[in-house]
Amino acid sequence: MAGILFRPLTPQWGMQERWTDGSRMDEVAAEFIKPNDRLSSFERLEIYNRQYWFRVLDCLWDDYPGLRATVGERKFMKLITVYLSRYPSDSYTLRDLGNRLEHFLREEPHWAAPREEAAIDMVRFEWAQVLAFDGPSKPPISPDDILDTPPSRLRLGLQPYLSLLDLDYAVDHFLIAVKKRESDVLRGETSNAVDSAPTARAHRKRIRPPKHEKVYLAVHRQNNMLYYKRLDPEAFVILKTLSRDATVEDACGDAVAASNRTDIDWPAQIKAWFDDWAVLGWFCRSL
Amino acid sequence: MPANSFNSFTNYGVGIGLRVPHYQHILAKKPVVDWFEIISENFMVDGGRPLEVLDSILEQYRVVQHGVALYFGSADKFDRTHLKRLKRLVKRTKTPWLSDHLCWGSVDGRYTHDLLPMPYTFAVARHTAEKIRAARDYLEVPICVENVSSYAEFHASEITEWEFLSEVAELADCGILLDVNNIYVSSKNHNFDPYDYLNNVPHHRVGQIHIAGHSKFEKYLLDTHDHPVLDPVWEMYAHALKLVGNTATLLEWDDRIPSFDEVHNEALKANKFRDQRLAATTETAG
Repeated sequence: MAGILFRPLTPQWGMQERWTDGSRMDEVAAEFIKPNDRLSSFERLEIYNRQYWFRVLDCLWDDYPGLRATVGERKFMKLITVYLSRYPSDSYTLRDLGNRLEHFLREEPHWAAPREEAAIDMVRFEWAQVLAFDGPSKPPISPDDILDTPPSRLRLGLQPYLSLLDLDYAVDHFLIAVKKRESDVLRGETSNAVDSAPTARAHRKRIRPPKHEKVYLAVHRQNNMLYYKRLDPEAFVILKTLSRDATVEDACGDAVAASNRTDIDWPAQIKAWFDDWAVLGWFCRSL
Repeated sequence: MPANSFNSFTNYGVGIGLRVPHYQHILAKKPVVDWFEIISENFMVDGGRPLEVLDSILEQYRVVQHGVALYFGSADKFDRTHLKRLKRLVKRTKTPWLSDHLCWGSVDGRYTHDLLPMPYTFAVARHTAEKIRAARDYLEVPICVENVSSYAEFHASEITEWEFLSEVAELADCGILLDVNNIYVSSKNHNFDPYDYLNNVPHHRVGQIHIAGHSKFEKYLLDTHDHPVLDPVWEMYAHALKLVGNTATLLEWDDRIPSFDEVHNEALKANKFRDQRLAATTETAG
């Protein structure tokens, strides 16, 4: 039965007429499902086939608005249908349903054509938000904890809910625009006031695709609210290097060595970054 | 005084399902609610807002856990990570009992996220009961199994659904979460008398009752939980109370969720209905 449920629906949202071996589905269904006075075995099984697909498609539709807007709604439906056929849920929670979307898009990028790279960036960004929303946290480190340790020996861990993304597209700005458009539409739909009903215009309003731009992003949470913060390239290198259990001295050294900016007071800049990250609670004990 | 040996919590009246659209209202207004039922899987996370909200709720309200993914009827063994997380949550909420469904929903580690009906056979009943026992022993909390609504029946079934539920509950020595709306929906879909179901389950094992709304389609009923409770279900609820006595009841409303006040009013209506019916039963008995 599970094999039947996992098979995609027809374009008319019905159960497929033929089983994988070419036999008729009504005959396959009749082998194990009883008909009743109103529904055939096929129709009764079809209820479950539909419910499965409606549930999982709805879930990804809601959880990946950025990917949906990046590739377009029609293409998005095809993409997630193929994805779920290749990778049915392997977790008890629907939260994890998109956990292999990035992998799938790298395997079969043509489903997102012509925005293959932007789609992958967007999926990484949206999955990072899932992790930031309810991922684990560790007690943050206080300045007292590290006061006596010199930078050459100091290692800092990063909160498990924090994701560091190096992206080739400005998917953060794009997602903000998408969410604004969707909330405008929602406001229009829930209001009777003529002035505040941007429905038709908002529906039609097109958003430019994600801009090609190098972006370094930290996706995190603060007071259990989700945030994303752009980072300077050097700041990204420091955090990324720290996440590999390097010392603070090595992480900062790598970042400055890799930078081609010469007009920066690095000690002051690095101190400002560390102060900022400490306030945000990003540091915890290293591994 | 407990109504039966599986219902030691007769001071639990009518509860409400804790749902995301109501968080803000509940935390800000602190309405009087007898208890909240949470979907366990929504809170089996490592951190963030879900647990923050849960902890705030736990400070003020009694919480009972209801799961959707143990899949007692699946042939698969339990996912150990799932069980560990569930146990951690049980310790956090101190739920007096835990419920999940009499169904299957996963195969070979792939999940349907649905509550699928089982073939009602003695072999399946034994397998299901073993899993319920294993879960209870690991989780160290009483378990109630809930009858699901269904749209299909198997040729392989040897007994009725209520006989199957009874068999499983007896073999597992567990409680029953009697979903009155599910019985009604299934009775219409499978042409049986819902009162035969109510009359023939082991009443002494009923630890909780669910009531909810459903949707009518041309050829079948769908268990949508997106309406107020309908009259035939109220009537069945009254009959169930007569049979099982004072029992914790949960009003389910999971889709097209209205304002908290609307759900709350429906729960208050259920509470009043329950008190009246229990009083009438006592008078008759007297």
